[in-house]
Amino acid sequence: MQEAMAFTPQIDASSITRLLWLIPALPIVAAGIISVLKQPRRKLASSLAIGSLGISLLIAIIAFVHVLSGWSHGHAVREIVNFSWMTAGTQAVELGWVLDPLSAVMLVMVTLVGLLIFIYSTGYMEHDENYTRFFCFLALFAGAMLGVVIANSILLLFMCWELVGLTSYLLIGFWYQRPSAAAAARKAFITTRVGDIFFLLGIVWLFAQTGTLLFYDHGAGSMEPLALGGMLVHQSHWGLTAAGAIGLLIFAGAAGKSGQLPLHVWLPDAMEGPTPVSALIHAATMVAAGVYLIARVYPLMSAGAVAQGEAPGTTTALMVVTWVGASTAVFAALIAVAQNDIKRILAYSTVSQLGYMMAGLGLGGVAVGMFHLITHAFFKALLFMGAGSVIHGAREEQDIRHMGGLRKYMPWTFYSYAVGMLALCGVPIFFSGFWSKDEILESAHGWPLSQAPYYMLISGAVLTAFYMTRQVSYVFYGEYRGRGHAHESPRVMTTPLVILAIFAITLGIIGTPAWPWFRAFLENHAASVEMHAFSESAWLMLLLTSCVIVIVGIGLGWWLYGNKSPRAEETDALQKAISPVWAVLANRFYVDELYGATVIAFYYWWAKVADWIDREIWGDMVATVTLLFKGWAQLNRFLDANMVDGAFDKGCEEIYNGGGVFARIQNGRGQIYLRLLALAVVILAAILIWSGRP
Amino acid sequence: MTPLAAYLIVAALIFAIGLAGALTRRNAIMVLIGIELMLNAANLNLIAFWRYGPHPELLTGMMFAIFSIAVAAAEAAVGLGLVISIYRHAKTADVEQMNRMKG
Repeated sequence: MQEAMAFTPQIDASSITRLLWLIPALPIVAAGIISVLKQPRRKLASSLAIGSLGISLLIAIIAFVHVLSGWSHGHAVREIVNFSWMTAGTQAVELGWVLDPLSAVMLVMVTLVGLLIFIYSTGYMEHDENYTRFFCFLALFAGAMLGVVIANSILLLFMCWELVGLTSYLLIGFWYQRPSAAAAARKAFITTRVGDIFFLLGIVWLFAQTGTLLFYDHGAGSMEPLALGGMLVHQSHWGLTAAGAIGLLIFAGAAGKSGQLPLHVWLPDAMEGPTPVSALIHAATMVAAGVYLIARVYPLMSAGAVAQGEAPGTTTALMVVTWVGASTAVFAALIAVAQNDIKRILAYSTVSQLGYMMAGLGLGGVAVGMFHLITHAFFKALLFMGAGSVIHGAREEQDIRHMGGLRKYMPWTFYSYAVGMLALCGVPIFFSGFWSKDEILESAHGWPLSQAPYYMLISGAVLTAFYMTRQVSYVFYGEYRGRGHAHESPRVMTTPLVILAIFAITLGIIGTPAWPWFRAFLENHAASVEMHAFSESAWLMLLLTSCVIVIVGIGLGWWLYGNKSPRAEETDALQKAISPVWAVLANRFYVDELYGATVIAFYYWWAKVADWIDREIWGDMVATVTLLFKGWAQLNRFLDANMVDGAFDKGCEEIYNGGGVFARIQNGRGQIYLRLLALAVVILAAILIWSGRP
Repeated sequence: MTPLAAYLIVAALIFAIGLAGALTRRNAIMVLIGIELMLNAANLNLIAFWRYGPHPELLTGMMFAIFSIAVAAAEAAVGLGLVISIYRHAKTADVEQMNRMKG
């Protein structure tokens, strides 16, 4: 049924909304079928996965067009289908899905990027013997992620969220024979679990406050004004409203999944998985789930400010989101500068960009953060798949110091990678990354509370341009320093790269200040082309800032690394200049070591204490009780064996002997029987005679 | 008239002789003869008690004795038949040897 929104109320859910469940269901069913296929059925496995996701993409596009046409006719489309999963007492556990601009955009992005990565994987994983298992996990992941996207019930969202976490674990540890991959998988699972505990607490609290699990339910859902108002009245501790506290708890879950600052440690290690997995899960879609979650519960996060007529970004929850996002953006960009593994650089870049998205959500609202999410998904998937192509072409080498000069050997990869790199750096006008990053910077500039996030994000952008230039110089320029002979990847891998590159350039069009279509679409108001937006001084200032950022970053990188072809064992150019700082950066600010020395050390200690308590205290208590029972049992055994059994045995023996005596009488001779009979008669007669006497 | 006790003493003697024969003789035929003696001692008692009883004119004791003799004849026939068949089977009529009558 359809939700009455901005202008025109509508009644029925369209048939496309009723079929929306097919989008996640198809890949999940495909995963189920693939899981029972035998290992040699490679072709069938990959076609099932690709085919199911292809159909999902078609349905997603139809749904998107449906939302689009509703929007262009002036309806805010938010169609929901809810149903009751089970009833416990008076409370029903309700699930459902929702089709609104937010989910429609995400659906198209996830299915499209996913499909391209699936196709790419057929080339990348060609020589892997566990090809079918890989596609099974990929399809399961895609289904779960799409489930997160369409969920209208926070419980359904959480279930798919955990399923996404599971597939992430399975895929990071896909090459589980390597101890490092197995460790990375565990780390990812446990670290995100820390966030998920808070998320679960938030869900429970939200349910306790609103009495519903649904986001939208004709005015009765938890993201609708009635429930939000109720949560604002309720004061929690430390001056937070219930809405703010729940928002923070949910953000903790999102921070775990999206690699935000305290919980970012798992994401770089997740690069142990196959490269398509890194592209799909740890760059484009899954890590974006956290950002999407915040966008989905944005009404909750911004509730207080909206009620008081202030800017949405000033609620406590969104302030935390902003600060965490901005810190993550700078922090991860700094680390990325000093890494040498091609995928690790991209991983830290992803962490940093996720920080941008979070900051965008906190500062500018859903449209700003989601726009960067969408553009980033395309160009970061492009970069990861380009990196995969490089690794594939350079004989499984991942250290950028052992690459170099690949521009000549891998032209397709180089040009598409360059597009991705320029988009990530935010080169003005021509690349989508510029437009989306620009919007974030613009919102940061206009944030009423502080200008610090603005400067943090700007320095992050300079660093981004710098480390990407460093990486590209190392990988594609200079002389080839690797082993063997580098070669271009097969067509099945380069084609998706080119398609993604096209998106990385063109996607910017939907979010320019002159035609803020994307924002209008997500925020449900009409979009118009206003060319004069380009001539506004604020925007021109921003353009100038962006130009300076990019020129400084790229120029510095090129000055230090460009075309120099340093030998592999040579010290890094930047390391010569700032070696103590470099050590800190190269060691990732010692965060892993810090966690190792605090949290993990504490857990080891606690485990030892628990073990000691278990062994020494509980163990001894159990041993004492055991001893008591053993003693008692021994006593019982003695009594039984010597007294009860003795008596019984003796009785049995006597009866047996008696039987022997009587058996001797029965000797088969009739005359003896007769004699006994006569004797008995005589005795009887004697008794009668005797007793008959007076 | 001879008193009742005399008859009873005679009958008791015959019974005792029969019993001793039945219990002590090793020949199966002799055991049978002993059993016949005991039966006839019982018959003698029946007649005696009838003759000296309250209604000697009713012939009830006589009838009883005749039935008893008939039954004894049938029993003697069966007993002799058994002895003969055992003799054929075991080639002996010695009851000491007939010891298979046990479980």
